[in-house]
Formats: sequence, structure tokens, C-alpha cells
Amino acid sequence: MTETMLTLTPSQTVGPYLSIGLMRELGSSLVLDDDLRAIRIRGRLVDGQGDPVPDGMVEIWQANAAGRYAHPADTREDVPLEDGFRGFGRSGTADDGWFEFLTVKPGRVPAPDGRQQAPHIVVGVFARGLLKRLATRMYFPDEHEANATDPVLSELTEAERATLVARCEDGALRFDIRLQGDGETTFFLV
Amino acid sequence: MALRQSPYPRVRDLDRPGVDPPNDYPDYVGTRLRAPKEPLVLLPHTLSELTGPVYGNGAIGELDHDLTRQHGGEPLGERIVVSGRVLGSDGRPLRGQLIEIWQANAAGRYFHSVDTHDAPLDPNFSGGGRCLTDDDGAYRFVTVKPGAYPWPNHPNAWRPNHIHFSLFGRAFTERLVTQMYFPGDPLFPFDPIFNSIPDEAARERLVSTFDLELTTPNWALGFRFNIVLGGREATPLEEPHDD
Repeated sequence: MTETMLTLTPSQTVGPYLSIGLMRELGSSLVLDDDLRAIRIRGRLVDGQGDPVPDGMVEIWQANAAGRYAHPADTREDVPLEDGFRGFGRSGTADDGWFEFLTVKPGRVPAPDGRQQAPHIVVGVFARGLLKRLATRMYFPDEHEANATDPVLSELTEAERATLVARCEDGALRFDIRLQGDGETTFFLV
Repeated sequence: MALRQSPYPRVRDLDRPGVDPPNDYPDYVGTRLRAPKEPLVLLPHTLSELTGPVYGNGAIGELDHDLTRQHGGEPLGERIVVSGRVLGSDGRPLRGQLIEIWQANAAGRYFHSVDTHDAPLDPNFSGGGRCLTDDDGAYRFVTVKPGAYPWPNHPNAWRPNHIHFSLFGRAFTERLVTQMYFPGDPLFPFDPIFNSIPDEAARERLVSTFDLELTTPNWALGFRFNIVLGGREATPLEEPHDD
């Protein structure tokens, strides 16, 4: 590992005006409204006092319903790609901290050791006051068995795990992100 | 003592040692209620982290890279060209990378309802742009030099002139949002966001350089800003410690 590596460019906060550059058209709907498989994910981004973060942005990245990522590094030809499904979504947060996505539930993808991971969505969080992107994951409440054996979830404490599993609420999946304090979301170093 | 050792150590701010700021940096007041207090969980990379969004040419408009031609007239201010290359840590150009930028106008005012700074808006400048890198990883924006502006972090606080940059990299691990600064800015010593990066050499990598080759005669000054993307594996190894 002695090959020359260029030094990396450091991160800085997105600041409060991110919508000027980042909210043009990469939207929060990953599928069409009338897709029969569509699920809605809603949540609030809140700070250490439980107050809403109105100037944040949440990004999601996920496999398609069959469990394939639309990316060259996912070379599993036996799992189908899906025309028009990129797997990326972006939602700003509203004045009351709410964000929302319309997507499909991803299929299972393997961990490096060959075990299957439970269905999950990878989540990035940006806001004024965050000097770098925070990374977390959202899991599904109707996947008790898969969640119990998931290689990531099963290594977390009960309290940590609880922050990553969405719950059902009014026909949608509710996934709050708490940046700090009681019930702080488990964030990952990726 | 734990019954068994978790394979996923809890670590504090070792994402990319010697590169990024810590989450917790109280001099930047905005971090105080927003930075997580718990250590991060070191996640082994799976396909979910080693993949990320890929873009095609279709999404980009012909004038998206030129912030001076998005309205009926030309914006006021000092016209500049900002250009550079996007590389991986191995020196390879990153092709087809979506770069999104946003900035204040020449008077130091953002086209945004939250910005109440007493400086004029410019009807010919909204301050957002984007482009894709070419086969050499090169990109080019035309814009006006953003003004400095005050912010409420501490008494008489001013942000140095800067342009926000957002890039996706080749995978979720490489996603980067940062800010490009201008050479010789007298506000550097006083800016907690710039100084949140602990390593001086790393801070300097966010300062563009004036470039006479990019400077277009009788038209615009040129500034060069190269960007290197890579995840935690592209930084010198340090032993993670349980925290």
C-alpha cells in the first residue's frame, strides 16, 4: 500500500442556502405516483432539543425491488435491473422538519460474507451545523426475521437498533432522524 | 467488560483522518445542537456503500454551467471562470461526475428567503449551477465572484467569499459537499467553518488558485479548483480506538 495517493478534498457544511444548488430537479419521488408497489416514507429531522431542522436535506440510496443497485459495481447479472429506477432520492426538510419520499421497498442485497442483509435504505443527512454528511440506514418494520439476522442490525444494541427501524403510521413508513440527544439516531462511519 | 467484542467498533470522528472537520466543533455555533454526541459505528462496506447514483448527460441543460446567462441580462460583479479536475485518490479522472454549485451574488446576498442580509439582490443572478465532468475529469463554470457576507455566529462574523460544491463520487462512501475559497482572503483567520478543518494543508486544498491560463483576455479572471474524492480507505491508516 505504498502507492502514491492524492490527498483528499475536505468536507464543509452545506449551510442554510443549499436549496439554491441542490433542489433543482433531483426529486424525492423514485417511482411514479401510480406505481402499485409505491411506499411513502416520511420523517422529521430534529436537533438536540427536539426542535425541527427546517434547512436540512435528506438523501436516500437503495436497490430496486429485486435487490439490484443501478451501479456498475453491482455485477450480479442474475438479479434484474429495472428501467427508469435509479435508486436515488433527495428531499429538503420543510419548516417543521418534515421530509418525504415515494419509492419501492428494496430487495435484499448480500453482505461481503455472503449472508443476506435485511431490506434497507442508505440515508445521508446534510444541514447547516453539520460539517460533513451524516450516514445512517433505514430498515423496515415488517421484516422481523430478516432484521434479527441482519449482519449490521444484529451487532447493534437494542437502543441503537430501535433508531433505525421505521414504523407504520397512516399508511406510510415513519422514520425520524434525531441528530443529537435522547433517542439520537445511530450514525455510521462509512 | 463486554461479553464479546463487537466487530463494529464505535469511533469518534475518524472518518477521514487529516482531512475532514470533526462533527463537534463548538466555535461554529450551528454544530452545538446538531452534531451527534454518540460515537459513530464503523460500518464494514457492503454493496450498499460501494455503489451510488450515476448520471447521464440528459439531465444537464446547455447553460446550467454558466450562472451569468440564466436570466434576461447579465449579473453585476466581477465575472470569473472556475475550472478544475475531479480525481480519485489514485489520480484517475472521474468522468461524468455531476457537480452542483451554489453561491451568493456579488454583493454577498443569496437568492433565498432565509437570507436577510441588507445587500441588494440581483434580478439577473440566482446563484445555482451544475455540470458534468468530461473524459479528463475536467469541469468549468462561468459565474461572478461571490461577495463576503455577515452571519450571526459571533460578533462581527463574516464569511470569506466562497462557492458551495456538491459531488457524488463513485460510491456512497465518496459523497462530498464542500466550499471553494479564493486566494489570500483576509477573513480566513476568523472563519470557524474554514478553521474547523484541523489540518492546515487540508484547509489550503479548499483555496482555489488564480490561474492566468484560465483567465480569458478582456473578459474574465480564472480560478482553478481541483477536487480529490475518496472514502475512508483513501486516507492514511490510523488505529481506530473504542470511545
